[in-house]
Amino acid sequence: MFDTNLFASPQLLLFGALTGLVFGFLLQRGGVTQHKVIVGQFLLRDFTVLKIILTAVIVGGVGIYAMTGMGMIEGLKVKAAHVLADVLGGVIFGSGMAVLGYCPGTGIAAIGQGSRDAIAGTLGMLFGAAAYAQAYPFMQEHVLGVGELGKVTLVGEFGGPAWIWLAALAVGAGLLFVWLERRERGTAHPAV
Amino acid sequence: MQTTLPATNLWTRARWSPYLVGTLIGVLSWVTFYVMDQALGASTTLVRAAGMITGAVSEEAVRGNAYYSKYLVGKPGIDWQFALVVMLPIGALIAARLSKSFRSESVPELWRSRFGNSKGLRYAAAFAGGALMLFGARLAGGCTSGHSISGNLQLAVSGWIFTIALFVGGIATAMTLYKKQS
Repeated sequence: MFDTNLFASPQLLLFGALTGLVFGFLLQRGGVTQHKVIVGQFLLRDFTVLKIILTAVIVGGVGIYAMTGMGMIEGLKVKAAHVLADVLGGVIFGSGMAVLGYCPGTGIAAIGQGSRDAIAGTLGMLFGAAAYAQAYPFMQEHVLGVGELGKVTLVGEFGGPAWIWLAALAVGAGLLFVWLERRERGTAHPAV
Repeated sequence: MQTTLPATNLWTRARWSPYLVGTLIGVLSWVTFYVMDQALGASTTLVRAAGMITGAVSEEAVRGNAYYSKYLVGKPGIDWQFALVVMLPIGALIAARLSKSFRSESVPELWRSRFGNSKGLRYAAAFAGGALMLFGARLAGGCTSGHSISGNLQLAVSGWIFTIALFVGGIATAMTLYKKQS
């Protein structure tokens, strides 16, 4: 559309489509396309979101760092840290997510399971993206430069090999999971 | 921990263990990195979509905007992530149909128990929540997929800061909205 092809290469599109198909399937089966699961997480009644994120992060992290070590992947895709923008953006994002009851990926996926309110949510997301495009010059001037650290990882910022971070994360998450499962078995909420 | 059912039942079971789902999403991230040199993400696509809708009305509005230009000028608008996002509802539809959990619903149960049955109110809140959420995502440069999964698994500082802030904002807002009246 703008000085190049509208579409990326067919291979990329095909692989993106397959990834989306699997991702959407998994999000639905995980229950995170449900309003009550997302809001339940923020009300600290249902820890499905945290369980899925932490498990994905540990499994994904071990694989990505192992493949990086073996030279199987070209490199990491770390997003630059802008401390103020990340904090403000995260808080605004969390507030919006609590009102909507879906996150961007799960909200769009939820349309497929029949959640009509997710259509309104997706239209809102388009509006929010457009609003940010208008606010970008202001953010660039006043917000994005505050606490700009570059594309840093915990390893680069605080040292230590990646596997220590991942192992610590796995132990911490494992203890949390055991505690959560024990607590949930003792309540009326099924552990699903 | 779980009652184990025969594997054949897995396709029709409505809910999978969060640990299984998390593990499979982790494995999916290996595949996207290894095969495509890409990380899972979603929210950038909404910028491209908003920009292309804007561009259909006025190309200048896109070229004159630094943020749209960053994602659209000289780059394909319909890219890898766009294809991914478009297929999310199809994947969810298949998952819901196979487990017979597809259900047309305008007002979710928890929302109804607190704010009543009005579709208009729910849609307006969903629109506002979605707008706020995407504004925050773009300010931080990612969402639950790009930061909280892809970023965190790479041990990115940006991902962990965003995720902690997300929970702070989400918990504060949900606790305020759904505070017990009694």
